[in-house]
Amino acid sequence: MDSYQEIIFKLKKYWSDRGCIIQEPYDLEVGAGTMCPETFLRVLGPKPYRVAYVQPSRRPADGRYGENPNRLYKHMQLQVILKPAPNDVIEQYLGSLAAIGIDLRKHDIKFEEDNWEAPTLGAWGVGWQVMLDGLEITQFTYFQQCGGIDLDLVPAELTYGLERLTAFLQVKDSVYDIEWAPGVSYRDVRFADELQFSVYNFEMADVGTLWKLFDLHEGEAERLLSAYREISARLNPAGLITEASPDEKQRFPLLPAYEHVLKCSHLFNTLDARGAISVTERVAVIARVRKLAVGMAAAWVDSYMPPFASAELVDERSEATQ
Amino acid sequence: MSLPFLLEIGTEEIPDWMIVEWLGHFTLHFKELLRSNSLGGRVIWAEATPRRLVLRAEDVIERQLDSYVGTVGPPKSAGQGAAVGFAKKMGVAVEELTTDMTPKGEYLVARKNIPGKPTIQILGQLPEAVLRIQWPKTMYWTAKNGPRFIRPIRWVVALLGNEVVPFEVAGVKSGNVTSGHRILGSAQIPVTIENYEQKLRENFVILSAKEREERIRAGIGRAADDDLLRTLVYLTEYPSVISGTFDPEYLKLPAEVLVTVMKHHQKYFAVYENGQLANRFLAVTNTDGDPDGLVRRGNERVLRARFNDAKFFWETDQKKKLADRVADLAHVTFQAKLGSYLEKTDRIKSLVKELGGDSNGVRAAELSKTDLTTELVKEFTELQGVVGGLYAREQGEPEVVWTAIYDHYKPVSMEDSIPRNRAGQLVSIADKLDTLRGCFGIGLIPTGSKDPFALRRAAQGIVKILVEGKLRLPIRKLLNNDAKLEEFFLDRIRYYFKDIRGFQYDEVNAILASGWDDLVDVEERLIAIQAVRPTQDFEPLAASFKRIQNILKQAQFTGDGGAIDASLLEPGPETDLYHEFQNVRGTLANLPYRPALESIASLRPKVDLFFDKVLVNAPDPKIRHNRLTLLHTLLAEFSTIADFSEIVTNT
Repeated sequence: MDSYQEIIFKLKKYWSDRGCIIQEPYDLEVGAGTMCPETFLRVLGPKPYRVAYVQPSRRPADGRYGENPNRLYKHMQLQVILKPAPNDVIEQYLGSLAAIGIDLRKHDIKFEEDNWEAPTLGAWGVGWQVMLDGLEITQFTYFQQCGGIDLDLVPAELTYGLERLTAFLQVKDSVYDIEWAPGVSYRDVRFADELQFSVYNFEMADVGTLWKLFDLHEGEAERLLSAYREISARLNPAGLITEASPDEKQRFPLLPAYEHVLKCSHLFNTLDARGAISVTERVAVIARVRKLAVGMAAAWVDSYMPPFASAELVDERSEATQ
Repeated sequence: MSLPFLLEIGTEEIPDWMIVEWLGHFTLHFKELLRSNSLGGRVIWAEATPRRLVLRAEDVIERQLDSYVGTVGPPKSAGQGAAVGFAKKMGVAVEELTTDMTPKGEYLVARKNIPGKPTIQILGQLPEAVLRIQWPKTMYWTAKNGPRFIRPIRWVVALLGNEVVPFEVAGVKSGNVTSGHRILGSAQIPVTIENYEQKLRENFVILSAKEREERIRAGIGRAADDDLLRTLVYLTEYPSVISGTFDPEYLKLPAEVLVTVMKHHQKYFAVYENGQLANRFLAVTNTDGDPDGLVRRGNERVLRARFNDAKFFWETDQKKKLADRVADLAHVTFQAKLGSYLEKTDRIKSLVKELGGDSNGVRAAELSKTDLTTELVKEFTELQGVVGGLYAREQGEPEVVWTAIYDHYKPVSMEDSIPRNRAGQLVSIADKLDTLRGCFGIGLIPTGSKDPFALRRAAQGIVKILVEGKLRLPIRKLLNNDAKLEEFFLDRIRYYFKDIRGFQYDEVNAILASGWDDLVDVEERLIAIQAVRPTQDFEPLAASFKRIQNILKQAQFTGDGGAIDASLLEPGPETDLYHEFQNVRGTLANLPYRPALESIASLRPKVDLFFDKVLVNAPDPKIRHNRLTLLHTLLAEFSTIADFSEIVTNT
């Protein structure tokens, strides 16, 4: 029986063998691997890219004080981006399950419609939840839009729920009982932060402070994005990008701006868990975060960083920014 | 020679609920392609699984027949010169010209042979046909601006007889190679039309939806649930049924919760024994059985985890009574501008009182939204209301109260039933009415397909409850006489009576034009008019009423309050009509709608005679005015049940 970490090693190796860069987790709170720049920004633009990384994903509302056997404040996703999606993407995906020891001939696998949408990112795609013996183990999405922009190349995003998958393989009823490494359980490693973050998110987080932080991060992101827009308008008055991005654009701190957007997103989730945002009020707050994310995507495409785009496709690029 | 034809579009997994409709449209489109190109042929079946859309035809001709186009030229009598010129112009030899006899004489005709095209070439239009049929939500995958389909197309089999019909769709070349079940079958299977189904079967694909359904039915017996069954038929290529169990301890949870988990979340069939939910479930897998029980055990574990969640929520929620949760609703926003659910609750309560609700109704209103603060509803949002009702029952609320809470989101669709008791009906109306008033008040009015607050469904629900609950409530007053809201409601009322209840659109228009403040009354009038409509006098009378309306309109006569002056009436048809009118009018007040309508219809011979013999536009202005007054009064008096001029007649 493979340990949790062994399963992760095998999946990383599997995708590395298929041309993926193996990235490390993004060092900021995110709700899903999709929000990391490695996905959110890399899927933009015409340059092919393949990457896989484990991303700890924080969903404050899902915290259960370490008491619920299946629900976690922070769970680990293995995020795989194949841009563009190869024709045999599903076969490759099924191969990854075989690689961690699942004999698919003895199990029931179904692809059930599940279209993914992240309103705060202006992103959506179509795809499935992959069900293994009735258990959702992966979200499989063909991205269509990100930051409100139609994508040039359609990436496949595979998001594996690592705890669930491991519990399945190790035949454990509780994720806390899965073996992280020989002799070390998931509980040993993670219980304390599940408990303490649940207490914080549900009971002790100061709503006023969180709103202040939200406003501050929103302000900083907005300040940077509007500064960028001024530069862009000055350099490309017609809104067309005709040549490789000038230095002034390339050195502009858009990536830091994006971190402030991510902070907003996480603060929103925390406020939500704290019960400070009502069902209908959410719409307005989501719109605020979305506005930042969409502005960020547009700026990113406009900034046209050479490593992210290839020169011969410059003209096509400009379409997306209009 | 006629040939069989086979088309298989191989795709990644298509959402189950879209497949049948697409296939139906595509089949029609394909038949039209055969017909418009004179290819003969008939579609013998169309089938689909999640991964393939397949159409099979027989007797398709190998190539179109040659056809002839004849062009008529000069008359034969025009002589040889004209014939030579015509033949030259048409590109045929003079001796090939024929003649046709026409009423004007004998004319030269040039016949040109149009050779038929090979069918295989015409079927090259298939990609366009395939991509053209709409899906509810499409994607692109090859690149931006690439073709759109429901999911990526991965292979195509297109055979006419033994030959591949060559084309390319979304970058995929057609061929004779299909693909079997993802896991159990081979990925590359050369096929012929004759062995296609057999090859699929050998590779664990049952092409026939009916056969898949039978396989599932055989395994589930009486547990059949048609919606779920249909889903599973199109979610599998090789369905097998497995049976699992769960700890009977979970049966202490309400059946509503257990069934929701099984059916909606896990797509399992719930099993009942002696009318009671049993601790068993039936799952449909896309496999050839489960000899080691691995799939069963996996599904049992998933279900256990789900039930554990539900149990945890159920127990946690019980620690705080619904009545103690009312204040918490202050923290749950209904809509930014419309305040919290606490405020909404207060409005629902006073509305229920206003609508004539008793203390039970008010109590139900007070607790109706409290389940929004429970964990169970946060987890199973589709059970809102139901969960509140169940908690209220556990917490000792009277039956009329808990059932009212339980039902108050009903009807959730036009097929759904209305709340079972009056309290529930009133809470449901009050809740929906409050949402409608509020949203319209702040300009959140549905446009086109955009209706984020489901206001159409809310209005539709109110209409259904009022009519089917026989609630005579003054609807227009309830709408605050808001013109936009009235218009919105009128649309919903029309839709309900026309599309749901099946009344003719002109009958609905006629009835609504005579008032719609009381929908129970509207229904009674509709039933009456529907019954009287086929009688012989009705439609002609309706036509006469329209004529009266036109006459009054042309005369710009809107009535001046003056009475009919009997002394000015001409003896004969005019006086007869007047007397008949008075007779009928006298009886109407005490008659139910149907005999009243019959009575009005009985005026027809007199009205006909009047129009036959009497000139409304009499030269004497006094007489003319009196006649217009007669017609106007008649129209006004008899339009209280229905505005007959709305009836569409053939006369």
